[in-house]
Amino acid sequence: MESGQRFSLFRYAAPNVFYPLAGRLAPWFAAAAVAFALVGLYLGFFVAPTDAVQGEVYRVIFIHVPAAWMSMFIYLIMAFWSAIGVVFNTRLSAMMTQALAPTGAMFCFVALWTGALWGRPTWGAYWVWDARLTSQLLLLFLYFGFMALTRAIEDPRRADKAGAILALVGAVNVPVIYFSVKWWNTLHQGASVSLTKAPSMATTMLMAMLVMALASWAYTIAVVLWRVRSLILERERHTDWVGEVLEAKGAQA
Amino acid sequence: MLSVFLEVLRRDLLLAWRNRADVLVTLAFFTIVACLFPFGVGAEPNLLRTIAPGVLWVAALLATLLSLHRVFSQDHTDGVLEQLLLSPEPPVLWVLAKVLAHWLTTAVPLVIAAPALALLFDMTQSATVVLILSLLLGTPILSLLGGVGAALTLGLRGGGMLLALLVLPLFVPILIFGAGAVDAYLSGTGASAHLMLLGGGSLAALALAPWACAAALRIAVE
Repeated sequence: MESGQRFSLFRYAAPNVFYPLAGRLAPWFAAAAVAFALVGLYLGFFVAPTDAVQGEVYRVIFIHVPAAWMSMFIYLIMAFWSAIGVVFNTRLSAMMTQALAPTGAMFCFVALWTGALWGRPTWGAYWVWDARLTSQLLLLFLYFGFMALTRAIEDPRRADKAGAILALVGAVNVPVIYFSVKWWNTLHQGASVSLTKAPSMATTMLMAMLVMALASWAYTIAVVLWRVRSLILERERHTDWVGEVLEAKGAQA
Repeated sequence: MLSVFLEVLRRDLLLAWRNRADVLVTLAFFTIVACLFPFGVGAEPNLLRTIAPGVLWVAALLATLLSLHRVFSQDHTDGVLEQLLLSPEPPVLWVLAKVLAHWLTTAVPLVIAAPALALLFDMTQSATVVLILSLLLGTPILSLLGGVGAALTLGLRGGGMLLALLVLPLFVPILIFGAGAVDAYLSGTGASAHLMLLGGGSLAALALAPWACAAALRIAVE
């Protein structure tokens, strides 16, 4: 332990210090998520103009694009926490990684699902083997692999470390997968649908999308903090402070 | 240093030779999977010629996947792995030797069998040469990345299925460039870009994967 009052970056790496902090922060982020989502959905569904080419169906992007961004970004954050966990051997970072994975997989699935719903009227097919769709699908498999591995290992410390290695190996591979799939797609020239030729977007559309992106950020942070709190309680259940926390909760109820 | 590498390599090759049935089963699996496709999609020669590189590559991926458990599991059960980890030698060295032994006993037989299967799919001779080159350059990545997966899932229940879930998504780029090399050759653009990428991928995996593998083994044995 560091002596004295010196502020330490690692102060909140201790689960018992982080637990109350997460409890205080989570409701704020949840409230922010709801507020941003309401504003974003209002902008997206009532203010933003109808698209000249695609009609009303384009409005799915207000959910689709933030979900796709988030699903990729969460994997990066997982890799970040894994690296921290491997270097500093902190328990909390592994718990963060594991708390992030289900949300990442959820966003990945939402992005694929809304993409399929958008693709049907626009491309005439629920699924095309487009580079982005395919790499998103593989990302979903990476999330599943991570969750399956950490769940399959009974010893939590081994699960943490194995998960960290897998997340790092996966993170190195994500760009390789993305570019190889992109190249494969351009070589095959099957469904020649280009997503890259995005027409210039109306400002309100962009605003709505950005606000929705903020909403998914806030949602992710809130959910992950709550999940990490449960993980901390589960992992630290043999300690005195968890006993005190649970007793206090029991007294309240 | 080198003696450890050579000793582990020699030992693993000897063990593989004593259990050569395992190697042959992998080879038989490769052949059978490839032979299933004409029954599934029909025996039209043009179609077969088109799908041949992809089919042979997918069969090679699956065969490698099924053989991966051999890399570490026996040594894990009988305690050799623990002794190797306790020894003062750098783990990266003997991990590399074990992966090399796996490659020599799994991928090399597949590469040797591939021309015969290419005949079944009516591939031209020059296309077969490209296919073999792509297999030779790409399969080291399969063994190296697969070794990491095998180390991570060592001793877990349901390890085989889990291993598939972990490594198959990572194998996709290799499949793309491996099968793509033959397609590119046939379409006239030349296979050199694909082959160079496979070779580069092999070198990158050679540089990075043994470290991840050694770290995963330490965790598994702890």
